[in-house]
Amino acid sequence: MLHIANLHVSVADQTILDGLDLDVPSGEVHAIMGPNGSGKTTLSNVLSGRDGYHITGTVTFDGVDLLPLTPEDRASAGVFLAFQHPVEIPGVGNMYFLRTAVNSVRAHRGLPELGAGEFLGVAKEHMARLAMDPAFLSRSVNAGFSGGEKKRNEILQMSLLEPRLAILDETDSGLDIDALRVVAQGIERLRSPDRSMLIITHHTQLLDDVRPDRVHVLQGGRIVRSGGPELAHELEAAGYENLPSEVSV
Amino acid sequence: MSNMIDQLVEREYAFGFHSDLDTEVAPKGLSEDVVRLISAKKNEPEWLLEWRLGAFRHFLTLEEPTWPNLQHPPIDYQDMHYWAAPKPKPQLSSLDEVDPEVRATFDKLGISLDEQKRLSGVAVDAIFDSVSVVTTFKETLAEAGVIFCSFSEAVREHPDLVRKYLGSVVGYRDNFFAALNSAVFSDGSFCFIPAGVQCPMELSTYFRINAAQTGQFERTLIVAEEGASVSYLEGCTAPMRDENQLHAAVVELIALDDASIKYSTVQNWYPGDADGKGGIYNFVTKRGRCAGARSKISWTQIETGSAITWKYPSVILQGDDSVGEFYSVAVTTNHQQADTGTKMIHIGRNTRSTILSKGISAGQAQNTYRGLVKILRSATGARNHTRCDSLLIGPTCGAHTFPYVEVKNDTAQVEHEASTSKISEDQLFYCRQRGLSEEDASTMIVNGFCREVFDELPMEYAVEAQALMRVSLEGAVG
Repeated sequence: MLHIANLHVSVADQTILDGLDLDVPSGEVHAIMGPNGSGKTTLSNVLSGRDGYHITGTVTFDGVDLLPLTPEDRASAGVFLAFQHPVEIPGVGNMYFLRTAVNSVRAHRGLPELGAGEFLGVAKEHMARLAMDPAFLSRSVNAGFSGGEKKRNEILQMSLLEPRLAILDETDSGLDIDALRVVAQGIERLRSPDRSMLIITHHTQLLDDVRPDRVHVLQGGRIVRSGGPELAHELEAAGYENLPSEVSV
Repeated sequence: MSNMIDQLVEREYAFGFHSDLDTEVAPKGLSEDVVRLISAKKNEPEWLLEWRLGAFRHFLTLEEPTWPNLQHPPIDYQDMHYWAAPKPKPQLSSLDEVDPEVRATFDKLGISLDEQKRLSGVAVDAIFDSVSVVTTFKETLAEAGVIFCSFSEAVREHPDLVRKYLGSVVGYRDNFFAALNSAVFSDGSFCFIPAGVQCPMELSTYFRINAAQTGQFERTLIVAEEGASVSYLEGCTAPMRDENQLHAAVVELIALDDASIKYSTVQNWYPGDADGKGGIYNFVTKRGRCAGARSKISWTQIETGSAITWKYPSVILQGDDSVGEFYSVAVTTNHQQADTGTKMIHIGRNTRSTILSKGISAGQAQNTYRGLVKILRSATGARNHTRCDSLLIGPTCGAHTFPYVEVKNDTAQVEHEASTSKISEDQLFYCRQRGLSEEDASTMIVNGFCREVFDELPMEYAVEAQALMRVSLEGAVG
C-alpha cells in the first residue's frame, strides 16, 4: 500500500503541500479532488520522483521509502504516472518507445525481454480494447496526437506496464464523452487486488464510470475531507468553496 | 545533470589504438621536391605531375581561409609529413598479401576485408595512411562493368577517364585546401559506373590514419554515366594522438543524364581529448556536379569525429530537372568545432534541392551550419527547401546558423526553416517515469532528433550510425 505522512513540499520557498497524509491500501482506488492550484499535480510529480522540489515527510510504498529513488527506479518498483500533458518525442517510434519501457521494467522484475513480434501481439490486443488504431505504433511518441489520443496512449502504457501503483493526473480532462468512457473502462479493467490507484481529477464524470473506494479533497496543500464515493457528488453540488469542512481531529 | 555532462566529457574514443607498422614516410615539409617525390613514388605520368605542380604553385599564392567560425592555433604546413605508406608497398594481387598487421587493424575496426566472409555485399576499398591496401569484390563489379579501385590504380589503368574528370568539379584553384590536396594527394578511391548500369552492390571506402605527424590527403572521384546509379559510403577513424593531424581530402562526383549518386559518410576521426588536446583537423572539399538532365546527387553525412570539421558537400545543379540533396547530422562534444553545411548552385531549369541539417552540441563545443542556396538567372522554376535544427546539451555549448541565399530568377521558390532546442526536462522525465535510465532516455531522444537523416543512410549503416551516436554522446543529458 501507499503510505504518505506529514508530507511538506515547497518550490523556491513557496509551500505547495503542507502536511498531507494519505493511505491507499492495495486493491483500492482512491480519488483526489481539488480546485486549481491545490497541489494535485505536485503530488503526482513528487510521488513519481520529478526533481526540483524541497520535500520533507514520509512516502513509502509497500514499506519501501520512495523518496530517495530515481524516477526510473520507482517505475521499476511499479509506480506509474499517467501524465496530464504527455510530452511529444519527435522521431522516436511509439512502438519502439513502448517496448523499451516495458522491457526496462521487465528486466527489473527478472522477466525475459519481449521480442518485437511478441510485443506487437500483446500491444495490439491492448490497443483493440482501447479502440486505438494500430497505426499509432508507427507514429512518433505523442507527436501530432490529439488530446484524446495522448490520453489513450497513457492508458495503453499503463496496461502494458502493469504497475502496482498507478497515479492518473487529470487523465479525464479534455476528453469527449466517448473517449472518457474508453479511458474509464481501461482504468476499470486494471483494478486488481494487488494494485493501488490514485485518480486525480476535478470532475465527477470519470468517477461515475470508475467508482472509487474513497474520495479525498485536497485544498491548501492538505487533505481537508475524506469520504466514500458520495463525497464526489456532494462536491459537485456544493463546490469547493461551500464544502462544509470536516471537524479535524 | 551536471555529472552526466562530466561523464560525457570523459568519454573514451573507441578507435584510438595505433598499429605498429614499418612505415615509409617522406621528409617533413612541403616543397616542389616533395610534390615531385610523391609523384615519382607513384610512377605517375607526366601530365599528372604537371597538374600537381600547377596546384602547388597556385597554393603558394593562397592564404588559409579565416572566415569559418573556427578557432585553432596556426597550422605549420612545414612541420608535417605529406606522404606515408605501410612498408613494403606491395603490388597486391590477393588479400593474402596484405600485411597481417594492417588486416588486424581493419578487423579491429570491424571492417572485414575477407570477401568470403562478407555476406552483406558491400565492396570495400581500404586506405591505410596514404595508400589503398585492398579493394574487395573487384571481379564481381568488373562483370557489371563497374570500375572500383584505388586512385593510383585508376591513374595506371584508366588514365583517360581520370584525366577527363580529375579537377572537373573541384579545380585546384577552388580553395586553399583543395589546392593543397591537388599538389600532394596520395591515394583515394575511383569509381566509374558506365551508362545504364545500376551498381550491383554498395561501394565503401574505409580511411584509417595511422602514422604520426602525417597529413592525409586523398581524392575520391566518382563518375556515373547516363542512367547509371551507385550508392557509396565512406568511413574514417584515427589513433589517439596528442598533436593535431591534418586531413584535407577532395571528393568529386559527376552524374550525367538520368544518373544518380548517393554518397554517405560516417566520419569518426579522433576528436581530441576532454581538454581539447589532439584530434584531426578535417578540411574537406566535396562537390558533385549534376551535369546531365534529371540527374541526382545526394549527400548524407554523419559527422561525429575530428577536433575541427570544415566541410560543405555541395551540388552544382547544371542539368535541367536535376536534384541535389544534403542530409547531415553533425555532433560536437568537448572542445570539438564544426563549421559545416552545403552549397546548392541551381543553373538548370526546374532544378530542385533539399537541405536537412541536424546539429547537436554538448560540452564546450561549437556547431555551425553554413549553407548557400544560389539560384542563377537561368534556373527558371528552381526550388529549394532548407531546414536546420540544432539541439543543445548542457549550458556551455553553442549552435550557429549562417544561411546564405542568392536568387537571380524570380520564378524560384526558396524556403528556409530553422529551430534550436534543448532536450527538455519534460521529455527526460517522461522517459524515466517509464523506466528508462537517464542515459537511455537522452540517447533515444537524440536519435529521434536525427531520425530523418538516419533514414537516408543505407540500412546497415543506419544501425551503425545509431550505435555511434550512443558512443559519441555517452552520458550526455540536457
